[in-house]
Amino acid sequence: MQFTSMILSNVEVSPGYWRMRLTAPQGFAAAKPGQFVMVRVNSAIDPLLRRPFGIFDVAVHTPAHAGAVEQPCFEMLYRVVGKGTAMLSDLHATDLIDVLGPLGHGFDLGPAAEEKLIVGGGVGLAPLYLLAKELVKQSQVRLFAGGRTRDDILCITEFERLGVECYVATEDGSLGECGLVTEALVRRLKSINCKASIFACGPHGMLNAVAGIAEQYSIPCQVSLEGYMACGVGACLGCVTPGHNHTPETPDFRCVCAEGPVFNANELGWGC
Amino acid sequence: MKPDMTVNIAGMSLRNPVMTASGTFGYGQEFAEYVDLEKIGAFVTKGLSLKPRAGNPTPRIVETPGGMLNAIGLQNVGIEAFIAKKVPFLRTVNTPAIANFFGYTSEEYAELAFRLDAIPEIAALEVNISCPNVKQGGIVFGTDPKCAFDVVSACRKVTTKPLIVKLSPNVTDVVAMAQACADAGADALSLINTLTGMAIDLQRRKPVLANVTGGFSGPAIKPIALRMVWQVARAVKLPIIGIGGIMNATDALEFILAGATAVQVGTASFINPNAAEQIALEMENWLVKNNVASVHSLIGALEC
Repeated sequence: MQFTSMILSNVEVSPGYWRMRLTAPQGFAAAKPGQFVMVRVNSAIDPLLRRPFGIFDVAVHTPAHAGAVEQPCFEMLYRVVGKGTAMLSDLHATDLIDVLGPLGHGFDLGPAAEEKLIVGGGVGLAPLYLLAKELVKQSQVRLFAGGRTRDDILCITEFERLGVECYVATEDGSLGECGLVTEALVRRLKSINCKASIFACGPHGMLNAVAGIAEQYSIPCQVSLEGYMACGVGACLGCVTPGHNHTPETPDFRCVCAEGPVFNANELGWGC
Repeated sequence: MKPDMTVNIAGMSLRNPVMTASGTFGYGQEFAEYVDLEKIGAFVTKGLSLKPRAGNPTPRIVETPGGMLNAIGLQNVGIEAFIAKKVPFLRTVNTPAIANFFGYTSEEYAELAFRLDAIPEIAALEVNISCPNVKQGGIVFGTDPKCAFDVVSACRKVTTKPLIVKLSPNVTDVVAMAQACADAGADALSLINTLTGMAIDLQRRKPVLANVTGGFSGPAIKPIALRMVWQVARAVKLPIIGIGGIMNATDALEFILAGATAVQVGTASFINPNAAEQIALEMENWLVKNNVASVHSLIGALEC
């Protein structure tokens, strides 16, 4: 659906990373973990296109005035990377923006009787909080959060509050272990004695490594991808990614916005 | 009184002059959730080829001030899958569906025209001789009047449906191209397709698009599109469908004043999936407010 949303708050949670809370229409409460929204940061023609953002959380907002009616709201966790996100970070509570969503296919939560291993890199944590919130209702959940420095490790307290056990690794050692978070993931997989599945979102290199680990340990792995997209509804075909059968001679492209953004890791062509 | 919004393109009666442009509206169904397809004049499907095409590597799109570049490379399901999987939806919508198509030789164009001619759900054909993003075919036919004449003639021989030819702006003389298509038996012309452009990533010292160049669209191209529509409308006696950066009813009406009978909305649908429907409604409101009884009276009514 397409709707005008009112910003409830917009806060810098770590240098360069922002968390925005926005109102949503009733139907939005049905948004699934892993789905995303396309946001128009202003009504001018620069920036021209909407920007895609993962849905960080879906909650209920009760306006602070007498007789107020509860309504759904949602949150986005975003990083300022260019003109569009810089403009978004300049917006304030009560500003209105145009939103399209929830869009795409989210995560499949899988069977309850297995351990859920969530892997997030930097702003890749954005779609993973709502996922963790759903998963803790049925399973044991562990989060592996990685980043270059401590500034890239976001909202860990929120995950801990859900009862998720969190492992943190930074490349410069400024928070948690020094190194890549995939090392902690591998350690966990070596010691685990029950069924498990992996859910990951982050930079392509990290997802590629996680997909490789999942294959090595023969456990199901879902990844949430990013893509340059204009429309978010499967029309522009800008955001395609190679599928596992992809070769230049026999192309196999998947549309990130409409067929994803969540894919089974083994459906994708990682070497392409 | 409700103004008359209907227009006629080569015998095809449209409830209003607003269509969606090929490549920006999928096969119609993608937008059904957001747009009342029965409030727009017509919609044009993604360009079809005989065989499915996978398109170009990524990145395929990049935004620039007031516009965007795309190098999708005509990814499409091919004619067989179109007939099997996409045509059944067209049957459910009471709005003309126009099939855009392209080939690599005149014979391929003609074969596609012949096969599309046999599909009752297709109201008209739009021949794409102007895609800037495929190496062979497409643009070759769109930049040489003789080639354009041959390909349009070949299509004309095998179809009785309205035949629209979509023109490229990447030419020295768009009027010569338009005239060649008219001489070959086209019923209407749609213009402009995207302008060839490129974007560079300074830090990486690389082009942004994997294809290096792409087609430039969006509000930034409107002045060029208006100029070309005006030039062609003065020179060629065929109905024109104006395309290029139309974001609102004002833009659309400017094209009509310049000589277009109808318009196509493209990039705007990416930003607002219901842009075409909104523009049609706003146009009607403008006519009411300005006491214009019929949109027809505005076609080519530019005073200069």
